[in-house]
Amino acid sequence: MTAMKQTILRTDQLQAFYVLDMQGAQKIVKAVNNVEMRIYENEIYGIAGESGCGKTTLLKTLFNDIVPPLRLVGGKIYYRIGSEEVDVTTLSPEEKRKLRMEYISYIPQGSMSVFNPVLKLKETYEDFVRSHVSGQSREAIFELAYKQILTLGLPRNILEVYPHQLSGGMRQRVTIALASLLQPRIMIGDEPTTALDVVVQRGVIQMLKDIQQNLQNTIILVTHDMGVHANIADRIGIMYAGKIVEEGTTGQIFSRPQHPYTRFLIDSLPRFGDKNMRSSVPGSPPSLADLPTGCPFHPRCPHAQDICTRQMPDFSHIDENHKVACWFVGEGHHGQVA
Amino acid sequence: MDRLLEVNQLTKRYAQGNVLARIVITAVDNISFDIKPAEIFTLAGESGCGKTTTARMVLGFEEATSGTILHNGKPHTRKEKVWITEGVQAIFQDPFSTFNPLRTVDSYFHETVQNYRLARRKEEAIALIDQKLRLVGLTYQEFAGKYPNEFSGGQLQRISIARALVTDPRLIIADEPVSMVDASLRMSIVNLFKKLRDELGVSILYITHDLATAYYVSDRIAIMFRGNIVEMGPVEQVLMNPRHPYSRLLRDSIPQADPRLRWRDTVTLAELEQEEYLRKGCKFAGRCPKVMEICKRDVPADIVIDDVLVKCHLYNESGGGS
Amino acid sequence: MNVLRDLFRDYRFFFSFIVLMLVLILAFMSIFSPYDPTLWNVVPRDMKPSAEYWFGTDSNGQDIFWQATFAVRNSLIISTIAALVSRVIAILVGMVAGYTGGTTDRVLMFISDSLLVIPLFLIMVMLAMLVRQYMNLVVLGLLLSFFGWAWDARLIRSTILSLREREFTRTAVLSGTGTVRLVLNEYIPFTMPLIFSTLINNISWAIGLEITLAFLGLVNLNIPTLGTMLNWAITYQAMFLGRWWWILTPVFLSLFLFIALYWLSVSISEYLDPRTRIQRVGA
Repeated sequence: MTAMKQTILRTDQLQAFYVLDMQGAQKIVKAVNNVEMRIYENEIYGIAGESGCGKTTLLKTLFNDIVPPLRLVGGKIYYRIGSEEVDVTTLSPEEKRKLRMEYISYIPQGSMSVFNPVLKLKETYEDFVRSHVSGQSREAIFELAYKQILTLGLPRNILEVYPHQLSGGMRQRVTIALASLLQPRIMIGDEPTTALDVVVQRGVIQMLKDIQQNLQNTIILVTHDMGVHANIADRIGIMYAGKIVEEGTTGQIFSRPQHPYTRFLIDSLPRFGDKNMRSSVPGSPPSLADLPTGCPFHPRCPHAQDICTRQMPDFSHIDENHKVACWFVGEGHHGQVA
Repeated sequence: MDRLLEVNQLTKRYAQGNVLARIVITAVDNISFDIKPAEIFTLAGESGCGKTTTARMVLGFEEATSGTILHNGKPHTRKEKVWITEGVQAIFQDPFSTFNPLRTVDSYFHETVQNYRLARRKEEAIALIDQKLRLVGLTYQEFAGKYPNEFSGGQLQRISIARALVTDPRLIIADEPVSMVDASLRMSIVNLFKKLRDELGVSILYITHDLATAYYVSDRIAIMFRGNIVEMGPVEQVLMNPRHPYSRLLRDSIPQADPRLRWRDTVTLAELEQEEYLRKGCKFAGRCPKVMEICKRDVPADIVIDDVLVKCHLYNESGGGS
Repeated sequence: MNVLRDLFRDYRFFFSFIVLMLVLILAFMSIFSPYDPTLWNVVPRDMKPSAEYWFGTDSNGQDIFWQATFAVRNSLIISTIAALVSRVIAILVGMVAGYTGGTTDRVLMFISDSLLVIPLFLIMVMLAMLVRQYMNLVVLGLLLSFFGWAWDARLIRSTILSLREREFTRTAVLSGTGTVRLVLNEYIPFTMPLIFSTLINNISWAIGLEITLAFLGLVNLNIPTLGTMLNWAITYQAMFLGRWWWILTPVFLSLFLFIALYWLSVSISEYLDPRTRIQRVGA
């Protein structure tokens, strides 16, 4: 099945840094550092990692929303639009804007800020659609909106209320409905379920899955909660200190994690019916402004050797779809100085 | 003394809205529980279930509408500072706002030592602080003179626990202590609770929505829903064999870190929270898969089945079975 | 010293610092004035600026340069009294209202709101007329201060209200800290930028109001201030008679003072802002 999958989004040596001027001293935060990824059509791709590992920045970059102090330092981002691959970093602001909503849409974590608090939801909807599709009548927009809202199982009168009248979970679901209204090919979610209660979170995950099934599109989902990934993602990329360190199908990641960091992540999760002692990932995440040399995980890694402190390992492919960047995984000492 | 904390028929009501359209919301509805020495007791539930309000009342930050709270058998009112008189301390949800960003973290420790008159000289104070910090895996040297933003969330939460320990409390109230800490670092906090219980005999009132860590760490658990305790008992029984339909729903909604355990059935969500607060009878009746006529009329009684208290009409007649 | 070095990177601070220093030197020079500012006809009338009379002389026979030194000094004294006294009131009212809440809060806010909604200027004109014969620098300063605290008390109160709900307040309470220490240690640092910028803004507000009152002849015109200088110049039609030096001296002095004070307040409050301070601490 994998061979037939078409790539829809591809990055090439992507580097996006925050360049901050702190009272005269320049500070560079390497939030996205040499990321190469291929995301396929019709899949849910999960990105996991601790806070401060650059996953939100990676999403912004994938969404092609790079505004100072964030700068694209190197690399390219390609979207496959129709049958051709487009390097979207070179597009004009107007072309970028046109792609949003229709081709790629964004679901933020805090849904309160999405809606204008003094407008009814339907007015926000109308504004949103107007700015992207010209020549639609008011009625046509609402018809589209209502149809979608009923499909998603939301109450019909939901567009008649003000944002503050909704609970957090309901608001998040309306946000997702709006993000998927124009049937984008790619939807990007930044911790869309994190602030929600567990039962509501389950409802939102269910809804995301339904939307993906209906539209057969791609969802890229960032969350630190491995449980959410296990439930929704087809493939998972583990991010550490601005880099993807392991990538594989959800089954591979959970049943055969290779990178020491991934193993820690999964082993640290408590499970029902198992009271055995579990421990956290040792140490603390590194500062992206002051990265360790070599493999950024080496100060926390129990298996670290001399080479880890000197050089970042390349990916070794241990299985189809499963790759990992660690010196001690794969066929012996793979890729000695690539 | 087998009860460190005893909460009896505690109720808290808030009036919402203005003079014309007033709704009284019962945030905490007649709940009773107790905590024994060296026990981790969990209050679990979703936001708005009243768990944080309960914690604030136990701490004396808020006054109860009715009911009593006994610390070591003695009742307390809001005016009494239980953290001084009864050895109660607390840690909070957001490690980054637990400490004032403009103050060094160690100043809180010195202040606590001073205010509680725990040391006479500076060296004594430092030795005491260092001893508490070592319990959470830090040392005085690596923390003195630093500001909160120089630590990670996990570290700050451990520092917060160490600060609570300075006064040698018997009970620590932990309000969602791990929900803002990275999942990868949560275990370091939760394991500390176990250590405090086992080594120092401290009891912990662990307030959380995360049933997975609750299962891992606690001895007994109470599941709250819209102000009521719907199920309470040993964690093994309540979570591995939930009797109340809400407990079951909550348990099943925790995403398991195992792709083989994906959810198969769909879930119904509450449309309006307020409606559930004001509902007559059982507050879960609107979403309950096993709802009966009686649930919409009468508030279920507390029924005890094998050490477990359940507030559900399903168990009215016999002593169990579903 | 680091503080000053950081602040001087800001051109606005640099400019306003220089201007204020010059103004202060000017005010300080009043000590060396060869003339009594209340006496008339001590120099020839209506002389253009020259080597002998740097800013010229006016129709009252006073030397404008030396007159200006007194004017600047007095205006600064009035406005500083006004600003400091009103700051004290604002801080006390804001802190007490914000921290205590309840009835105290409502009473205090009722008073400050009343001061905000009544037409302040009219009241002040009436009061000024009433106390005109007792009017001196201190009385005028106190009069201005009484009207200058209400809005800032509200600002401070709302800051305290939001700080009171932050978790670190509860951490401090659990550490056994009392109310007074809590307010001094935890809240004052957060309100400092606010207090500073309102202090400076209040100084320029008081200078402006004094000029207005003097312009209308509602203060003791024998005390030289920027306002009374202007009043005299206008009364003698200095503009039409081509005695530009007379009118431009107070105008430029007040203009520079306003700009300098404004930029000073902006740059200092930017520097003191807790958010940027936190960034600095973290750097």
